[in-house]
Amino acid sequence: MQTLDSPATEPVISVKNLNHYFGKGSLKKQVLFDINLDINPGEIVIMTGPSGSGKTTLLTMLGGLRSAQDGSLKILGQEIRSASTNKLTKLRKQIGYIFQAHNLMTFLTAKQNVRMSLELHKEMLNQNMDALSIAMLEAVGLGDRANYYPENLSGGQKQRVAIARALVSHPKIVLADEPTAALDKKSGRDVVEVMQRLAQEQGCTILLVTHDNRILDIADRIIYMEDGRLVTNLADQTIPQG
Amino acid sequence: MFRKTPLAWLQVTREKTRLAVAIAGIAFADILIFVQLGFRDALFDSAIKPHLSLHTDLVLINPQFETFAAVKSFKRDRLYQTQGFAGVESVTSLHIDIGRWRNPTNRTTRGILIFGIDPGSITFNLPDVNQNLHQIQMFNHALFDQSSRPEYGDIALIFKKESTLETELNKRNIQVSGVFTLGTSFTADGNVIVSDSTFMNLFPERKPDEIDVGLINLKPGADIKQVQSMLKAALPDDVKVLTLAEFAEIEKAYWANATPIGFIFAFGAIIGFIVGLIIVYQILYSDVSDHLAEYATLKAMGYSDGYLVGVLIQEALLLAILGFMPGIILANGMYSLAQSATLLPIAMTTDRAVFVLGLTIVMCTGSGAIALRKLQSADPADIF
Repeated sequence: MQTLDSPATEPVISVKNLNHYFGKGSLKKQVLFDINLDINPGEIVIMTGPSGSGKTTLLTMLGGLRSAQDGSLKILGQEIRSASTNKLTKLRKQIGYIFQAHNLMTFLTAKQNVRMSLELHKEMLNQNMDALSIAMLEAVGLGDRANYYPENLSGGQKQRVAIARALVSHPKIVLADEPTAALDKKSGRDVVEVMQRLAQEQGCTILLVTHDNRILDIADRIIYMEDGRLVTNLADQTIPQG
Repeated sequence: MFRKTPLAWLQVTREKTRLAVAIAGIAFADILIFVQLGFRDALFDSAIKPHLSLHTDLVLINPQFETFAAVKSFKRDRLYQTQGFAGVESVTSLHIDIGRWRNPTNRTTRGILIFGIDPGSITFNLPDVNQNLHQIQMFNHALFDQSSRPEYGDIALIFKKESTLETELNKRNIQVSGVFTLGTSFTADGNVIVSDSTFMNLFPERKPDEIDVGLINLKPGADIKQVQSMLKAALPDDVKVLTLAEFAEIEKAYWANATPIGFIFAFGAIIGFIVGLIIVYQILYSDVSDHLAEYATLKAMGYSDGYLVGVLIQEALLLAILGFMPGIILANGMYSLAQSATLLPIAMTTDRAVFVLGLTIVMCTGSGAIALRKLQSADPADIF
């Protein structure tokens, strides 16, 4: 078993021969076919493809939100196929999530929302978590909005709070599902640029699922998924830049 | 722990209107429970007030004796038998029955509780009775309870004005020669005390060698429990030896279990409990439903199911305490209101406050447990 201190060359995400099925018995339907994917530390990977191609299913499995059934799935060096709920919960703490909907707690301020992510880590509890949260909000350009409730923030601002929440505890991996889908062009651009800059500063890996052609240029690598199969290296030829 | 964001508190207090509705609902449920239990206890307390006014250490009764409203008699000899035992100082007997009292003003008759006592001994711990014992030594003289319902006539007023009053009791002439205060209850709208010989005259069908309650006073320093078990062992099964508290408990149990009264009040209290349960469930369920995506997000971030269950339970407890406080304050107000209207002895007791607080907590966590089922459906895999 490998530890978290694996050498930099070791992929942070390593998927081998992964198959996944929904349903049971005669209704059983295969949604992922023989997926093979390695993502290295610090890489920004964009996954694109038509709706229903299985992108989100793969993303939820990589995030430890759905357990793998068949094949091998290693996150940060740990095999998570048939992992226990407890182990999955621990794994999730090391991953930052950014959702299509911001999914902020409506009854918490921007600062408290970011703080919730820090409080998951024992070593953070004796640090000044408010200061860390505000610093992170400043990094996404919302230092003056720390005490605002989500209902008083614009869509782009909410998504930037969500990014601050995902990145504040310096996760090794950030998983993002359509983070710009609900945003206008300028806000969407701002959001991915903030993600890109912070990821570079923290050296974290980003896997981003998107339909948004306008943001493909931030990727180091683009992977394309269709009908549950990965088609790689299509980046520059087939997908128009936004 | 204290460094963590108090999620439950922030969530409960964020929506002020919903919080106000929740607090009002729980307070209402608590008031309902308090009022029902308060009335029940007040009525029980009034039913056993004559028992507790008896001047005695131990009581001898027929084993079938359940209530003053329908007494069962036993042989007087059994009471005399107890005098032979160590520790017994003196004994006296009490007759109880319900007779018809004629209102001297409008001539209507009404059932009244009649105590027949030995005017030569102390039966009640009531000074205004004991001071007037010589008055009822005279045949067909009676003491009248001035806290009886007004339907019996303005007896106390007439008596004070004319210092004598004659009316009918069980169709026999009776002279009121004094008043005392005992109070009304389920059993009796009014009370009258007469001598045992007058009692026999009022109830000619009664056998003179039978009594209803035997009172046993012990010598100073005698151990009540010890004498009780000694008498129990020595006397045959046709009598029961009870302490005063046990005697009162029989009357209480009769009203609580053998009549609809206990059920009605328990039912009212249960309705209050269910109302509270539903209100808190509604609040918590809509809280969870409204924030389902957020809870799922917390799970995705790495918060465990246990953490979220904890948040829900904390919310339930917060609601319980926030709702209980106005509940108990308003219930106190209701008690004083009810007391002045009904003359029943209703007051807040610590026992009842603690009991209702416990019920409120059970009510809120119970609703939380039902709302938990909704929380389980927060699947982080569904929010992407």
